[in-house]
Amino acid sequence: MAIYKLPYSDLNQLFAAIAANEKLYLPVDISEDEAAFRLWKEGDQMTKKLNTLRSAKDFFFPQVQPLAKFRRQGQTIEIMDDRTESEDFVIFGARACDVRSFDVLDRVFLEEPVDTQYQTRRQHSTVVSLACGRPGETCFCGSFGIDAAKAGGDVQAWHDGDNFYLEPLTDKGVKLIDSVSSLLTAGDQEAVDQVVEKIHTILARLPLAGLKPQDLRDKELETFNSPKWDELSSHCIGCGSCTFVCPTCQCFDIEDFKNGENVERYRCWDSCMYNEFTMMAAGTPRKTQKERFRQRFMHKLVYYPIKNDGMYSCVGCGRCLRKCPIQMNIVKVMKALEEEA
Amino acid sequence: MEQEALIPKLGVVTEIRRETPDVKTFRVVGVDGKKMFEHIPGQCAMLSIPGVGEGMFSITSSPTVEDYQEFSIKKCGCLTSWLHAMEPGQQICVRGPYGNGFPVEGEFRGKNLVFIAGGIGLAPLHSVINYCLAHRENYGHINVVYGSRSKDDLVDYQEILDSWQNAPDMDVFLTIDREQEGWDGHVGFVPNYVQEVGLDPTETAVICGPPVMIHFTLEGLKNLGFQEPQIFTTMEMRMKCGVGKCGRCNIGDKYVCKDGPVFSFDKLGELPPEY
Repeated sequence: MAIYKLPYSDLNQLFAAIAANEKLYLPVDISEDEAAFRLWKEGDQMTKKLNTLRSAKDFFFPQVQPLAKFRRQGQTIEIMDDRTESEDFVIFGARACDVRSFDVLDRVFLEEPVDTQYQTRRQHSTVVSLACGRPGETCFCGSFGIDAAKAGGDVQAWHDGDNFYLEPLTDKGVKLIDSVSSLLTAGDQEAVDQVVEKIHTILARLPLAGLKPQDLRDKELETFNSPKWDELSSHCIGCGSCTFVCPTCQCFDIEDFKNGENVERYRCWDSCMYNEFTMMAAGTPRKTQKERFRQRFMHKLVYYPIKNDGMYSCVGCGRCLRKCPIQMNIVKVMKALEEEA
Repeated sequence: MEQEALIPKLGVVTEIRRETPDVKTFRVVGVDGKKMFEHIPGQCAMLSIPGVGEGMFSITSSPTVEDYQEFSIKKCGCLTSWLHAMEPGQQICVRGPYGNGFPVEGEFRGKNLVFIAGGIGLAPLHSVINYCLAHRENYGHINVVYGSRSKDDLVDYQEILDSWQNAPDMDVFLTIDREQEGWDGHVGFVPNYVQEVGLDPTETAVICGPPVMIHFTLEGLKNLGFQEPQIFTTMEMRMKCGVGKCGRCNIGDKYVCKDGPVFSFDKLGELPPEY
């Protein structure tokens, strides 16, 4: 599709124009080291950091989300729907890894029976992705066929220091571009190609550039029974940090908050790394951290691909590489399993 | 917004029967007095009391019962203790039915069937046994081998005596773990008794009970010449959503809530042994 251009110095005008119509979320610096998506307000600058601390899954699958309210009096119960319909919003500056994570999550939440709260947020969102000018040493999205230079979404964007380039990819994307067209001029494919080429050169030099996942779909039992899991999991403290920063981890809990006769039922993120995750009256089938650790990586590299035509449930964003307190991560798991094969 | 699977509907508990010292059967209808949904034998439903908890229970009554669903529930935790303490007339939150159920209109058709249960394990089989009895012409001979700790712990004991033991072309073999006054039936564990009652290895078998009982019964059936594809069981795992999304009830790539809870042992054997 057509490419549009905007001087980099006019970016704040673009944000203001979008925000005039719908909510705009932008990655901004929240500390010296970290960035996060925040509702844009006048004066906010887009972060120059590679990626946000938390993934963009929060937009569609918030950490805590109300489900229903109940009132219990004597033997009677009243059920009140506590869901909220989403407003239109724009996510600006999502990276290719996070954009792919939406596809991964779609295959869970939009499968029948559809998760209505996820669906309403997906339907009301427009995703503007941004190519990674400087992909980092913990990045390995390329391992999963993701191109950090063409980040996808409803509109994909690039910048080369002087200009910002936008290419709508979907009807939603076209609509968004139309709504701000007075700020844009025709962009040139050549300039974009140069940015893409520059990024591809960096990607090829990254330390994890050669990492390729194995297709383990017909080795489910063999991989499960690998002796490597003992060693790989031996230092895992089960903190669950990896699951919370992960853009594709989607396990959740449903709990009630009781306040007298009023009860609020909500769902919140949960983690397969926790002992109580599978605890039943008769005990748990995942008795030690080894089983819980194995579950997480088997899910991403074997179980999910079996269910989803070979698609992996990892997008190579590298957040878990940066956040794991014992420096264990999916890259080490992939490499260990590869050595074994 | 469309209807959300995770938000329950309101039901009423109209009748509560004590089956054993720690098992009660609860009859549930909608607030309109009618059956809340149609189900397949072996399917489950989520029951909840807001502020207490929500849990997955197998539906004990047969789909052929037109007016209600029943759940036989063992008291073992927070929610089940609350359910055991409540009185008829209590409203309850219900969602479901969930899961695949038994292949009553598939592989079970025309077969001789043997149902083997231990303790509360009879609850999910009760539905399928009564379904087969209600469609008697579609199934061959029916055997039931059922055991519990004691006579008092036999679930549905009165129905077994009044109905199943008198049903044509059906044999019921009961056993209890230890000798007991007033019991002149068989004494011994289910896995051993299964080897003694004269089962024909061409029968289609369904096992449900504690893991250790399932394990040894499976071995016993294999000794008799049963093959894994003709032996079924129904699995139990921690569940929160019931619709294959919350991520906790998987055995390998299969979710027990959605792809199960009914599995044949050949299919189960292809999955990681994590249950």
